[in-house]
Amino acid sequence: MDTETEKYELRLYVAGKTAKSVTALNNLKKYCEEHLKGQYVIEVIDLLVQPQLAEGDQIFAIPTLVRKVPEPIRKIIGDLSNEEKVLVGLNIRPA
Amino acid sequence: MSIAQNKNTSAVKHPLLPKTPTGIAGLDEITEGGIPQGRPTLICGDAGCGKTLMSIEFIVRGATEFDEPGVFMAFEEKADELAANVASLGFDLDQLQADKKIKIDHVHIDRTEIEETGEYDLDGLFIRLNYAIDSIGAKRVVLDTLENLFAGLSNQAVLRAELRRLFHWLKEKGVTAIITGERGDGKLTRQGLEEYVSDCVILLDHRVINQISTRRLRIVKYRGSVHGTNEYPFLIDEDGISVLPVTSLKLEKPVSSDRIASGIPALDQMLGGKGFFKGSSILVSGTAGTGKTSIAAYFANETCKQGKRCIYFAFEESPKQIIRNMHSIGVDLQQYVDKGNLKFFASRPTLYGLEMHLVAMYKLIKQFKPDAVVLDPITNLITVGSVSEVKAMLIRLIDFLQEEQVTVMFTALTLNTVISDQTDEGVSSLVDAWLLVRDIEYNGERNRGMYIMKSRGMKHSNQVREFVITDKGLDLVDVYLGPDGILTGSAREAQILQEQTGDVLRDHAVTRKDREISRKRKVLEAKISSLQTEFESAEDELNKIYQEEELIKQVSDKTRSEITNRRGEKG
Repeated sequence: MDTETEKYELRLYVAGKTAKSVTALNNLKKYCEEHLKGQYVIEVIDLLVQPQLAEGDQIFAIPTLVRKVPEPIRKIIGDLSNEEKVLVGLNIRPA
Repeated sequence: MSIAQNKNTSAVKHPLLPKTPTGIAGLDEITEGGIPQGRPTLICGDAGCGKTLMSIEFIVRGATEFDEPGVFMAFEEKADELAANVASLGFDLDQLQADKKIKIDHVHIDRTEIEETGEYDLDGLFIRLNYAIDSIGAKRVVLDTLENLFAGLSNQAVLRAELRRLFHWLKEKGVTAIITGERGDGKLTRQGLEEYVSDCVILLDHRVINQISTRRLRIVKYRGSVHGTNEYPFLIDEDGISVLPVTSLKLEKPVSSDRIASGIPALDQMLGGKGFFKGSSILVSGTAGTGKTSIAAYFANETCKQGKRCIYFAFEESPKQIIRNMHSIGVDLQQYVDKGNLKFFASRPTLYGLEMHLVAMYKLIKQFKPDAVVLDPITNLITVGSVSEVKAMLIRLIDFLQEEQVTVMFTALTLNTVISDQTDEGVSSLVDAWLLVRDIEYNGERNRGMYIMKSRGMKHSNQVREFVITDKGLDLVDVYLGPDGILTGSAREAQILQEQTGDVLRDHAVTRKDREISRKRKVLEAKISSLQTEFESAEDELNKIYQEEELIKQVSDKTRSEITNRRGEKG
């Protein structure tokens, strides 16, 4: 697969507008703009609105970031405050 | 309903803790009604002791028997794995899920897939659980097992805070929850879950003693309720879990004065003519080959003959073997097996531990509802437990059977021929009636003697009887008490014969004397008749003389008067 066309499909699970959720979303947006400009999609799912979606992605902690594409699925839980860990976790930067 | 209870009970008395029945056989008896309603209960134990099974049975029984839907949140196994695991117990999880009776939610936590960074909480879990509970209106929740969270996540501080919140939330939600946890070193659970769940803690244990494994259950604590405190064995079989509340029984059993026949009329005769008390326990002990099994089979046969039901627990022989052997003494047990009155349950004592035997018997007795039970022999149980353990087990069994008003007959092998006051199992003091069959060796042959060591509450014979087994059956014969002591077997027969010979000889002598007397009488009678004839002839003679004299007198009188007349005419 060409790295140019490679798209990151990211899903952020939150539960309402809590401080942690807001921090996580802000952090995520910041990192993506820095490292994945133009090749990512972020979908925010509020489990308070759609609780049935929690089971599908095996969500138990909030906030959780799920990298759906590229495979394999990766999960990062927490407010994403550690940039290094997030980038390694998303496989953007090699560990 | 609980609100109504609260209203009814004034401030003087607090309402009893509402409980949720688990539906697990025996557990509700120990907990006196079930686990605390609307509160979490912790089930902990080592791997493989049945935690998951117990919790899933709680959910399934709730859904099927109490109409309380339940959510099973599995941290270990997937839904289809769980369904396959419990299918052997007859639980159809897929169907129950389709009927919206239960919901299984598998929470997959894989450390390799997860990266932690920064602050988080377990709201996702709460939301999932909440969604699952609301989607089927669940009243019961199982979390199996939360400790996997600790394995998957590294931030212990967050986890502990969240767990505390979770239990509070569960209480607020009003669901009755079971949380399972692995047992840890020196603690009930590895992660100290017991500090969050303080209402009811059940500890499961799986022990192997003498190569025989037994599962046990103990209620470590149960706040606000009385409960059984002992370790109770439990059994997992095709019907799920059965816990046996064995020692919670009190000596408050009903008693019956009905009698039940032993099958051997002569034995009944020894027992005041009526047999044993219904619901009593009878021990038949004796050395090898004294006919204990035969007595037991006779008892079973008699019970079935009266249309009652009987279970025969065989620890030594297979049912077919017993049936064949009993044919030889004229007992046909097969007909009752076919009719369904008699049930054989044969198992090697080493099959499982004593407690398991007890649980198995308990279950079978509950199911079959027999009038009588035979255990043949209890001696073999000693191979799986110590004397005190066997005794403890038999106490519980006797207690249970008396509660159920089931008459029980044990057979026990005494190894030495010297009669001891105790049987090997030490149950002699427990039983109501004790029959002892012993060998009497005399004059080059072995015979069986039976006597009643004790029989509570009834008149019974103190006599030793000879116990004979023939192809027609069992019988008791009075032993011969001769000048040389007790005679049995052929010695008794010989003595009887001897007496008969004497009788014949005496008879013979008597008849000879009789004949002589009659002969003498005949002789005397002949003599009497000849004397009589003689007397008659003498009498005749005398009569003749007398008549002649009379005639002479008449004639002379006549002549005299004629002469007088003639003189008168002349004169």
